[in-house]
Amino acid sequence: MGIATKVSGDGTEICISVDGRFDFSSHQEFCKAYEAVDAYPEQYIVDMNATTYLDSSALGMLLLLRDHAGGDHAKVSIINCNDDVKKILTISNFEQLFDIH
Amino acid sequence: MLVASDEKPLKILIADDSDTDRLLLKAIIKSQGHDPLLASDGLEAIEIFKNEHPDIILLDAVMPNLDGFDTARFIKANMGAAFVPIIFLTSLNEADSLAQCLEAGGDDFLTKPYHSVILRAKIKAFKRMLDMHNTLANQKNVIEDHNLRLIREQEIAKRTFDKVAHEGMLHAHNIEYSLSPMAVFNGDVLLAAVRPNGNLCVLLGDFTGHGLAAAIGAMPLSQTFYSMTAKGFPIRDIVTELNKKLKDILPVGIFCCAVVIDMDFSNESIEIWNGGMPETYIFSAHDKSLQPMPSSHLALGILPAHQFISKTTVLKMKTGDQFFMWSDGIIEAENPDGEMFGQSAVEELFQEELQAGHSYLSRIVDTVNHFVAESEMSDDISIAEITMVSKEAFDDKNPRRIVTAPLSAMDWAFSYEVRRTSLKTTDPLPIIQKLLLDAPSFRGRIGAVFTVLTELYSNALEHGILKLDSSMKKTPDGFAEYYELREQRIRSLNEGFIRFDIDYVGDDFEGKLLIRVTDSGEGFDFESVAALSDIDSKSFKGRGLLIIRNLCDQLRFIDSGNIVEVEFL
Repeated sequence: MGIATKVSGDGTEICISVDGRFDFSSHQEFCKAYEAVDAYPEQYIVDMNATTYLDSSALGMLLLLRDHAGGDHAKVSIINCNDDVKKILTISNFEQLFDIH
Repeated sequence: MLVASDEKPLKILIADDSDTDRLLLKAIIKSQGHDPLLASDGLEAIEIFKNEHPDIILLDAVMPNLDGFDTARFIKANMGAAFVPIIFLTSLNEADSLAQCLEAGGDDFLTKPYHSVILRAKIKAFKRMLDMHNTLANQKNVIEDHNLRLIREQEIAKRTFDKVAHEGMLHAHNIEYSLSPMAVFNGDVLLAAVRPNGNLCVLLGDFTGHGLAAAIGAMPLSQTFYSMTAKGFPIRDIVTELNKKLKDILPVGIFCCAVVIDMDFSNESIEIWNGGMPETYIFSAHDKSLQPMPSSHLALGILPAHQFISKTTVLKMKTGDQFFMWSDGIIEAENPDGEMFGQSAVEELFQEELQAGHSYLSRIVDTVNHFVAESEMSDDISIAEITMVSKEAFDDKNPRRIVTAPLSAMDWAFSYEVRRTSLKTTDPLPIIQKLLLDAPSFRGRIGAVFTVLTELYSNALEHGILKLDSSMKKTPDGFAEYYELREQRIRSLNEGFIRFDIDYVGDDFEGKLLIRVTDSGEGFDFESVAALSDIDSKSFKGRGLLIIRNLCDQLRFIDSGNIVEVEFL
């Protein structure tokens, strides 16, 4: 399980990708991924291309990210979800809070 | 040679059949400040090992009676938790024989001729190892003690927890459930209560995380659920309040997925709110249909109050139909190969006929447990099965007792009118029900009083003001449509009122309670419905009135039928 961060050249966009299982053990790394960034990006992207599994603590971490990004004013997208991940996000109705692709 | 003052002398067993070698080693050991113990063959060595518990053993490979290899094997097998290093004394240089020493349990070798310095170095190294081993063993004990203490504390805390998040009405005869605790606390909670009007409310909740952090949110959740159901609040109000409370107290990222249902036996319907839990199902045995209902809301504790949506879905359930809900632990249960159980696997379990005495719930639980088998990975598996029964059957098996302080004679009247905006947003019943508790002579029948009150209010609102036609409810689709329409018409309501006029005179033994409900609607042709005894109890139109007539002592329609008066004597 690995977490990588990419910030766009002008600092307005930050993309965090999660490899493997996104669960309770990812907590520290995930928080560091967006907290350690100097810029204040307008757009946050979470890339789930290589994410195999998502549990409720991962959902909680997404909520923490959204809160950090400005809560109701945040722009957070979750992209490249596979079927399993999509299903979990659908059951949780997270499309009401995030832009999901 | 002096022993350093902080070094305890070691007991070292020397087992060698050669007298000269034995004495030589004894001298070397003594000169290093340690205590030599002597044995001349394997059997003696074992005796000394058993009685004196040496710290280190110097063992000759070739001895009469029992050779070094067998002696080593025996000692290693009987060391228990202690670590007793064995150094083989050997003049054999071939690799094979040395390997044999190791296989027999030897930790090291000492070859002839014996050098004092080499022996001293080996003893020192093994002493370090012994110290490390003992430190580890001690630390393990400390950790185990600590762990036991934590578990004990949790067990004590759990007793308070169980009193608050108690089982309520879970023992009701139409409820079957399984809650599987993974730790002393788990993140799942299942609550059940009967509302004053006789409806059954059940909540299945799943907090994020596990253990104490997850379970602690269940305390305020349970308290709020039980107190609001007891006061007769509808589940929309209950989930609104639960969301607000959890949002206030839980940190960001912690939330509670939940299904809350209200089962109405006289209306043969179920009202469902699902936030973040897997689809719930209604299974109809007679036509084997399995109807899934997905969750449409975010879990409790995520949205601020002004964004929270409490909209519920109302569905018809015939007597014998069963409602199922479970936490995602079932879907995510993994077998030792890492495969997940999955939604479709659960759905398939409804295909086969049930054997007598079995339930779908027990089949689901057994199948999942088999699937999970010995894999360590397993979530909390929680599942509930609730069967629709007739109101009489439910009330009969689960008599309601509403306990309040004893009162003496009472003589009061009050009027409560909900108009326009209140009509749209507020449920007046909890307040009125609370006031009705001050009718001491009806304590024993208070359930009947509340049921009648609820029916009168529903009639006034749905038929009098919203002008809904209850014959719509005859078909399952029409049923759902009816409630959608109800929702729409309430939202676009601009005028109207419902007034309750209530009058009571009495004491603990006898009294008279008069309840009059007036609505601003046009009334109805009550004369044609007058012959209530002719009403087919399955006909929806007269159903509510039939219930009222059966429960109260006098029923009167006034004016155009928009005023209904009931008396309890």
